[in-house]
Amino acid sequence: MVKLKINQKEYSVDASPDMPLLWAIRDVVGLTGTKFGCGMAQCGACTVHLDGEAVRSCVTLVSRAVGKEIVTIEGLSADPDNYLQKAWMELDVPQCGYCQSGQIMSAAVLLRENPNPTDEDIDSAMSGNICRCGTYPRIRKAIHLAAKMQREGGNGK
Amino acid sequence: MSTLNTSRRNFLKTGAVLGSGLLISFTVPGAKKLGGAGASVLGPQSGAAFAPNAYLNITADNEVLVYLAHAEMGQGIWTTLSMMIAEELDVDVNKMVVQHGDAWTPYNHTMFGIQITGGSSTTWSEFDRYRKAGATARALLVQAAAQKFGVNPADCKTENGVVTAGDKSATYGELATAAAALPAPGDVPLKDPKSWRYIGKGTKRLDTPAKINGTAKFGMDMQFPGMLTAVVLHAPVFGGKVKTVDAAKAKAIPGVRQVVQIPSGVAVLADNYWAAKKGRAALNVDWDLGAGVKVDSAAMLAEYKQLAQQPGATANKAGDVDSAMSKAVKTVEAEYTFPYLAHSPMEPLNVTIQLKDGKCEIWTGTQMPGLDQGAAAKILGLKPEQIRVNTVFLGGGFGRRATPSSDFVSEAAEIVKASGKPLVKMVWSREDDVRGGYYRPAFLHKITAGLNAQGQPIAWKHTIVGQSIMEGTLFAGMIKDGIDGSSVEGVTDSPYMEAIPDRLVTLHSPKNQVPVLWWRSVGHTHTAMAMEAMIDELAHTAGKDPLAYRQELLKHSPRHLAALNLAAEKAGWGKPLPAGRFRGIAVHESFLSYVAHVVEISLNEDGTIKVHRVVSAIDCGLAVNPDGVKAQIESGINYGVSAALLGEITLEQGRVKQGNFNDYVVARMFDTPADIEVHIVESTGKMGGVGEPGLPPVAPAIANAYFAATGKRLRQMPFNKAHLSA
Repeated sequence: MVKLKINQKEYSVDASPDMPLLWAIRDVVGLTGTKFGCGMAQCGACTVHLDGEAVRSCVTLVSRAVGKEIVTIEGLSADPDNYLQKAWMELDVPQCGYCQSGQIMSAAVLLRENPNPTDEDIDSAMSGNICRCGTYPRIRKAIHLAAKMQREGGNGK
Repeated sequence: MSTLNTSRRNFLKTGAVLGSGLLISFTVPGAKKLGGAGASVLGPQSGAAFAPNAYLNITADNEVLVYLAHAEMGQGIWTTLSMMIAEELDVDVNKMVVQHGDAWTPYNHTMFGIQITGGSSTTWSEFDRYRKAGATARALLVQAAAQKFGVNPADCKTENGVVTAGDKSATYGELATAAAALPAPGDVPLKDPKSWRYIGKGTKRLDTPAKINGTAKFGMDMQFPGMLTAVVLHAPVFGGKVKTVDAAKAKAIPGVRQVVQIPSGVAVLADNYWAAKKGRAALNVDWDLGAGVKVDSAAMLAEYKQLAQQPGATANKAGDVDSAMSKAVKTVEAEYTFPYLAHSPMEPLNVTIQLKDGKCEIWTGTQMPGLDQGAAAKILGLKPEQIRVNTVFLGGGFGRRATPSSDFVSEAAEIVKASGKPLVKMVWSREDDVRGGYYRPAFLHKITAGLNAQGQPIAWKHTIVGQSIMEGTLFAGMIKDGIDGSSVEGVTDSPYMEAIPDRLVTLHSPKNQVPVLWWRSVGHTHTAMAMEAMIDELAHTAGKDPLAYRQELLKHSPRHLAALNLAAEKAGWGKPLPAGRFRGIAVHESFLSYVAHVVEISLNEDGTIKVHRVVSAIDCGLAVNPDGVKAQIESGINYGVSAALLGEITLEQGRVKQGNFNDYVVARMFDTPADIEVHIVESTGKMGGVGEPGLPPVAPAIANAYFAATGKRLRQMPFNKAHLSA
């Protein structure tokens, strides 16, 4: 048993220390918003926050997450000030939607560290997140819109 | 398997060519046929008070439930089909409760005769059926209200789920039970388009909220107490069979519960994916590789080149091409090659199966739930009606989740059968996906075109070589005189062909062990490139502007022209560009829609291509949800950019060389154009699809821009560093 703190809740998790955090979160704890896409930190669908840092949970061992604050898409969604999801709604970003949890988790760290990103900043920060539906232009616009909302408050209009 | 056979007969009877533009006959069933017997058809899911047809139910609590005959895989039909019902029913589309329908004959495609999401056909094929479903229900609710109020139905109005007459009003929920007791009405008139509230105006996607907070359920997210997760070790080459299995080490891994042999390999069942995957890695299997070990991409290309020296089966012929060619002032010859491509949807394939009390439930993201139901029934020794297929959100489809062989559902059913375990989720890894076959077939096109003194094409000789998608599947009956329509669509029906009096298009369909499948836009993935790159070469050879040359050849094809002209105008065709930027253009019809792109590229320092901007125009007839149309064209463009610049599956000694996104490279944000503009042609033309048609013109437009930049023609896809410097 390992103790994990996910979305501010303590869990005793029956997982071997070499299990990637992704499978502990999904298969053991049962939070399925974090997605499996590649298993080797190539696609970003599994992105979660570990002490505020965006990590690929498919290659992050459970042992590394012990004692740290883990935030998943479910935890981020509980935050009423989350401008990213408002912007995602406004621009109808998702298509199949499978990658979007990871996209939003990556974008959240970008906006915290860089409240006014350029296109290049966004391309660079989001380069680890693949979307096969190609929603990239809308993701880029939504990050700009969320940044604007974050700076100015309100809905960014 | 009578269900399957009936389906197949219906499918063939329609004369449809699935996944191609050759749509022949199509009649919309009348309202009386909706869901079968009339006003009392209950969906298998529903206990609702009012179930006027298979497509919508209304509960006494005033909930409007929408059942989708098609699957949502990103293309937006969750919203579009709901809009059609909301429009005619007069309810707020945002308050509807939407779900996928079961595998059930009322959800069979109105034209293809089986339950399928494909061929970019959902919106146009359901436009009448879903509107009529809404209109019929509304008529019954109005009738119930009129009886309740003691007024004429004509004096009743409906708005936002309420019937009013003077000062009397009742919600649909309050009328549901009474409406359910009424006989089915005859043919109910549909609204005048002038009064449409949603159609043509659009609405935001109804599935967005669930898809941005982690609550949307994909197949991968199905979890039940006591469920085991299975992963399968597949043969290292296609068609390989297990000789011997040593599972001792695998079974010693904590969490591994069972190891079973199935026809497609060896399955490891465990408490969770991680344990199953570790168990798989510990298996020791000896394989009988079979003939698949001989498949080799380089050798295949050489074989295809050799085959193309001789004509194949005739696909399109007019006049005497050799005689016309001998009279040509100039001839141009080109050979275009296309690799295998994996669909690689973001959600790896997975299926959950539960056996309970002699019944079976399946949860999966599928484009063909009816065939999957039949396939699972056969393996599990059940009748199809004993199996409920729950279609969940598809984490991308692109054709991969529509296999005629039901490959992934069959594999999961075999695991359940072999293991005797009643609740199993089979999960593929990304490597299983990339190496799993069902690829867009590799193709080669060899074209010789002859021009007259005015630069017009007068002779066209075209040989196409590539595996048939239909061959060996239950759709094989659609192959006519050796021609699989999906191999030649986009060439044989090209408007350029009609402009060329002497022509010969032939097809070779060599076979090998690699399973192939429709991949977003199917044959058009390669035919548009061959046609539009060649036409561009001919324009240059004739000394004509590529736009003007196309306009002349397409003068009798108004919808091609409309898209072409709109894209060219919006892109500022002919106007100066910043230094280092170059334009290319292409236009192509597929799935009944007409799309033109103007792309702007520059060259990176290492000589590779950077696509900056794509200005696109589409004529799809009526755009039911205009922003949804734009989103699909954006999506098709980026899927096309990925294939044009990066996508390639290669085999050596039967082994697929790529395995994950590190070597099967797909477009990331920085690979895709920063600026995509989509313009919709104002059109009253026949409705077409939007999921696929944005893709085909991408590669040729990029190749044509590359020619503008360098004077070099690109004929080998993908246009990656290796091929650009070749």
